[in-house]
Amino acid sequence: MTEDNSSRTEILRRIRAALTDVPDAPDERPILRDYAVVHAERTPEQSTDLLAEHLSDYRAHVHRCTAADLPRTIAELLTAHGSRSAVVPPALPNGWLRDAADIEITVGGDDLGTHELDRIDSVVTGCALAIAETGTIVLDASPDQGRRRITLVPDHHVCVVRVPEQVVDSVPQALPRLDPVRPLTWISGPSATSDIELDRVEGVHGPRTLDVVLVSGAEPPVSGSAPDSVPDSVPGSV
Amino acid sequence: MSGTYLGLPSFPDAAHTSTHDTQLRANLTHATHTIRTKRATAINELPDWPQLRTAGAAIKDHTLHHLDHYLLQLETAVTNAGGTVHWATDADEANRITTHIIHTTGETEVVKVKSMATQETGLNEALHTAGIHAYETDLAELIVQLAHDKPSHILVPAIHKNRTEIRDIFHNEMAHWGRPAPDHLTDNPTDLAEAARLHLREKFLRTKIGISGANFMIAETGTLVVVESEGNGRMCLTLPDTLISIVGIEKIIPTFQDLEVFLQTLPRSSTAERMNPYTTMWTGTTTHDGPKNFHLILLDNGRTDTLADTTGRQALRCIRCSACLNVCPVYERAGGHAYGSPYPGPIGAILTPQLRGTTTPLDASLPYASTLCGACYDVCPVAINIPEILVHLRERVVQGGPVTVRGTRTTIKPAKGHAAERAAMRAGRWTLDHPTAWSATQRMAGATRRLHPRRLPLPGPAKAWSDARDLPEVPAQGFRAWWQQREKDTQRGKGEQK
Ligand code: SF4
Repeated sequence: MTEDNSSRTEILRRIRAALTDVPDAPDERPILRDYAVVHAERTPEQSTDLLAEHLSDYRAHVHRCTAADLPRTIAELLTAHGSRSAVVPPALPNGWLRDAADIEITVGGDDLGTHELDRIDSVVTGCALAIAETGTIVLDASPDQGRRRITLVPDHHVCVVRVPEQVVDSVPQALPRLDPVRPLTWISGPSATSDIELDRVEGVHGPRTLDVVLVSGAEPPVSGSAPDSVPDSVPGSV
Repeated sequence: MSGTYLGLPSFPDAAHTSTHDTQLRANLTHATHTIRTKRATAINELPDWPQLRTAGAAIKDHTLHHLDHYLLQLETAVTNAGGTVHWATDADEANRITTHIIHTTGETEVVKVKSMATQETGLNEALHTAGIHAYETDLAELIVQLAHDKPSHILVPAIHKNRTEIRDIFHNEMAHWGRPAPDHLTDNPTDLAEAARLHLREKFLRTKIGISGANFMIAETGTLVVVESEGNGRMCLTLPDTLISIVGIEKIIPTFQDLEVFLQTLPRSSTAERMNPYTTMWTGTTTHDGPKNFHLILLDNGRTDTLADTTGRQALRCIRCSACLNVCPVYERAGGHAYGSPYPGPIGAILTPQLRGTTTPLDASLPYASTLCGACYDVCPVAINIPEILVHLRERVVQGGPVTVRGTRTTIKPAKGHAAERAAMRAGRWTLDHPTAWSATQRMAGATRRLHPRRLPLPGPAKAWSDARDLPEVPAQGFRAWWQQREKDTQRGKGEQK
C-alpha cells in the first residue's frame, strides 16, 4: 500500500522532530540491571519443591515420579481424568505412553484439523523448561511438545518436566535458555478468569485441567530441529 | 483518537451521574480493594521491586528516546521472519489497513483478543460498517460487547457488572451472536464461564482471522508478546490462518532480555499473580505452527505528539497494568466510563488529553479528574510521575502554550478565563462532594510536595484552579485521622455482614 510508505515516512519524521532534545547517540548509558537474578539461594531439590508449590498455588495438579514410573503415572492421570483419547507431539519420547493401552492416540500432525482436535480429550507433552519462582512451564514447539494448538484445544494437559535439569529459579534465568524466534507458550496454572466479580474460575478457553509430572532421572528426548522444520509426524514414536 | 467517544460529557458531569449509581460503586469498591490488597502481597515477594521498577522505567525511556531506531529494527526483523509491517498515522488509517487486509482474504468474521489499541481506533465499529463481524473473545469483553456497553477498566473491563446482570446479558443476547446461552443458566460464575466457553469455542474453531494487540514488541528479534489469563488470546493467536496485530509504537522494547523486567513487574502489578496463566510469543510466521499470514500495524494516533512533550512523554512508558486505577480514590467512585476513552483512571487522565489534545470539554476536564494524592505514582511499575503530568496538563489547559498536533508544532490558546475556572471549580466541587477523594487530596499535600517542591501549590496561571477552590477550613490532621478511622469502620462493617 502506497499510503503505508508515506505514513512510515511521516511517523519517522514526527518521531525525529519530537526528539530534538535528545542527544543523537543511539546508545547513551546502558540500562542499570541491579535487580536480582534470583531471589534466594536454593539447592536443585529446593527449586523443584518451590516449583511444585507455586504450580499448585495456581491449581495445577503436581505429581512426582521416577523415569521408570512415568508411563504408569501418565496412564493413571489419563484414566483418572476419564480420557478415552489423547493427542501427542510428533516426537514424544519413546515409551511414555506404553501403559496407556486403552487410550486412542493421535499424533498432532499437519492433517489434524481443529474440529478433530476438539474431539480429543487430553494432550501429553514435554516442555522446554520450568520456572520455580513463578510456577511457570514454558513450551517452545520442540518435537516433544509439538505445535501450539495441540496444547490449547483439548481440555486436559499432562506436561512432563524433567527435574531438576529443566527447572530454573527465576525469569532472568529462563530467558537465556530460550530461543525467542521459536513460538513460545508460557503456562502458569490452567486457564483462569476473574472477570465475574473477581471470583477465580478455571478454564474459560484453554485446558481446564493441568497435570504437571515432575520426573527424575529421565533422559532428554532427541531433538534439535529448528522450528521451521518441526516434523509433521514421526511414525512409531509413541 | 477515533470519534467513538466524542460528544461525551466532561468528567465532572459523567462522574456526577456515575457516582450516584450505587451498584457500580459497590462493584468497583469491592474489586479495586481486592486487587489492591493481593497486589501488595505479590510485590512484597520481590525485595528488588524498586530496582525492577527503575530498570523498567529506564528501558522504556531509552527506547522512547531512540524510537525511530528501534521501530526500524523491528520492521526489519518482522519482515525477515515472514511478517508484513504497516504504519498508521491515525485511527482511521489503522482501521482502513485492517479492513483492506480482511477484504483481501474474502472473510467476513474475525475473532479478537482484548486490545485497547483497537478500542482506541474504534475498530469494531469500522469493521461493522465494512460488513465484517468482530467477535470479542475475552470473557469480560464478551460481556461488554453483548451488553452493547463499553469497557470500564483496563484489566477487568466488565468490573461494573455483577453476576446477575451478566446472567441476564448472556440469556438475552448470546443467541443473536451465535450459540445461545444454555437454558436455565444460573448466575454462578462457573456456569457463566462454561456458557461463554461453549459460545466462543465454535467461533474459534471456524474463524480464519484473528486480531490482537500486543503487550511488547521486541526490536532485536521481531517477537511479539501477549500476556493473558483465559487462553482466548492463545486461541486467537494460534488457530486462525491470518493474524493482524495493531500495536501502539510505544509498546516496543529493545531486547529479549528486557522481558525479564516486565514479565516480573507486569503480572504482579496487574493481577497480583506471580505470573499470568498464559503468555504467547511469536515471531513472524512459522511453518506448520500458527497463522500463515501475519500483519503488524504500527499505530501512531497521537503518540508522536505525546513524545514531543518532554514532561508528558513519560506516559508512553505505561505497560497497562492498571494498578493506578485500583488505588485511585476518584476512579473508585466515578468508574471507568466517566473518563470517556479506553484509558480510564489516572493513566487515562494523563494519556487521553495528550493523545487527543485538550480542545474538547471532556479532554480539558480530564487533568482535573484527580486529587493529586500521588498513590498512582507510588504503585506504577514504570514510575510514571502521574501527578507531575496532571499538573503540567492543567497548566496547559489554563495557560495554553506550545504543543504538537499531528506532528506540527503549534501554540494553543489558554482556555477562556472563566471557562477554565468553571472546569476547575466543577472538578473541585466534585472532589469536595466525595469525602474520600478529598481526604486523599489532603494526604497528597504532604506526599506530593515532597516529590515536587516546585510544582505545588500550583504556580502561575494554574492558580486559576487553586485559587478558585473555595475549600472549607479543615484541620488536616483531625479530618484525615477521622476519615481513615471511618473508612476502617466501614470496611469492618462490610466484613461482618458477609
Ligand atoms: S500508568 Fe503505571 S500503574 Fe497505571 S497502568 Fe500504566 S504502568 Fe500501570
